[in-house]
Amino acid sequence: MNVVEIKGVTKTFAQGNVTALENIDLELQPGEFVSLIGPSGCGKSTLLRIIGDLTPPTSGTVTVNGKPAKQARTDGDYGIVFQDSVLFDWRTVAKNIGLPLEMLGWDREKRRTRVEQMLDLVELRGFADHHPWQLSGGMQQRVSIARALSFEPALLLMDEPFGALDEMTRERLNLELLSIWQQLGSTVVFVTHSISEAVFLSTRVVVMSPRPGRIAGFVDIDLPFPRTVETREDPHFFELVTLVRELLRRRGEHLLPEEAELL
Amino acid sequence: MLALAGAWELYRWIWTTTGWGWPFTVDNTSMPHLWTIFKAFGQPTQVNQPTLISILFHKSLFTGKEALVGFAVGAVVGFTIGVVLAHSRLLQRGFLPYIVASQTIPILAIAPMVVVWVNPKLPTGLQGWGAVAVIASYLTFFPVAINTLRGMRSADPRALELMRTYAASPWTVLWKLRVPSSLPYVFAALKLAATASVVGAIIGELPSGLQDGLGGAIINFNQYYSFEPQELWATNVVAAALGIVFFLAVVVAEKLVVRGAPENVA
Repeated sequence: MNVVEIKGVTKTFAQGNVTALENIDLELQPGEFVSLIGPSGCGKSTLLRIIGDLTPPTSGTVTVNGKPAKQARTDGDYGIVFQDSVLFDWRTVAKNIGLPLEMLGWDREKRRTRVEQMLDLVELRGFADHHPWQLSGGMQQRVSIARALSFEPALLLMDEPFGALDEMTRERLNLELLSIWQQLGSTVVFVTHSISEAVFLSTRVVVMSPRPGRIAGFVDIDLPFPRTVETREDPHFFELVTLVRELLRRRGEHLLPEEAELL
Repeated sequence: MLALAGAWELYRWIWTTTGWGWPFTVDNTSMPHLWTIFKAFGQPTQVNQPTLISILFHKSLFTGKEALVGFAVGAVVGFTIGVVLAHSRLLQRGFLPYIVASQTIPILAIAPMVVVWVNPKLPTGLQGWGAVAVIASYLTFFPVAINTLRGMRSADPRALELMRTYAASPWTVLWKLRVPSSLPYVFAALKLAATASVVGAIIGELPSGLQDGLGGAIINFNQYYSFEPQELWATNVVAAALGIVFFLAVVVAEKLVVRGAPENVA
């Protein structure tokens, strides 16, 4: 069974009469790491929000774990990580990670055990009693990832989670995310506008084009696992990056000049 | 504190030596010496009576009790109003103007009515001071209601979205997100309310004819002001001290409750 099934999804925003997404079809198999990439305005974040039932599609259907998206949301079938960590300042790191578990009614002892596992997973042992503002941006985002994964959702939605971080922190977190993903085996939808990040992380890259938002093509990433620092220097890595870039460029006529320059 | 005392005495000295009459004539009646005021604390007001400080201390306990109950009632009522109005734009439109209007009516005009309405309904233990507490709560609920309303809306929209992904009930969102985010606003209001509750209690005592509190003392010493101004001044000092105690209590409570929050949030 597909973890996510998107059929004929269109999204128009009444304000300004913008077609953010037009007739999107996408299927995600269990254990896939899929990146959505495209210039701003291609609707990649909107598509992620539609999968998470945070925005309703104008038409079309979204199924998560065989259920309508809304049902999946209320069942807690996915964890989400935003570009900002969105941690609660008044809670310690441990209590931030345990927040979804409180919602699910886990007892204190069970929560404590799981939070400790998650702290190990994101390598934040010893920071349990810190408050978010005492952590660096990268550490905050790791707490946010631990929180999203704490209840072992089958699906992890990530909306440019490392977009606000510096390049070095970003590359380190990429490695960490891959190792977490391999340990847990969950399915990941990852929105980014970095080509190399998308290629490095994914098993499949979905290239999107703007105005209206459409899927321009798919690139299967057949780089072997585990991926390491050396993977980024592999000639095949560069071939795949080029392939994604070409796909983005082929839709260049839809781009504004300043966006085309970025490619 | 010392600078203030120095300024008082310096002002006194300049105005009495030059004989300036503007903005008002300074003499021992309008501005008694500080030491006259503080000496008055240690002296009995009448022969064979306790010292002034001991009288004022007991009166301030009584007023403090009224203010404390009024503060608590006002804070709870104000907080509840803020939470309810934050959840319904319709109720907010309907009720907010009346809540604002309630504060434009002078408290002195309402106090006698409250006494007449409330007192007969109260059990004997609460009679008299209970009505004053209600008057004090009338002053305290307002800032708490307005700031709670504002604080409820200060929750990060992305955090609200996160709660949505957890399918959190409105009740859970309230206690786990909205209330904690509103605390800095609520505590700012509680600081205003703390001092307002003392003022409310003192004013509330006036039409109640209560002699047990600072309000009674103020009425009393007012009548003797031209002979013994230091006693009214001393009462004012005690009333101010009571207000400061209330304020500091809120500051301490805030430190305890929002211990976890960073400086810029607290």
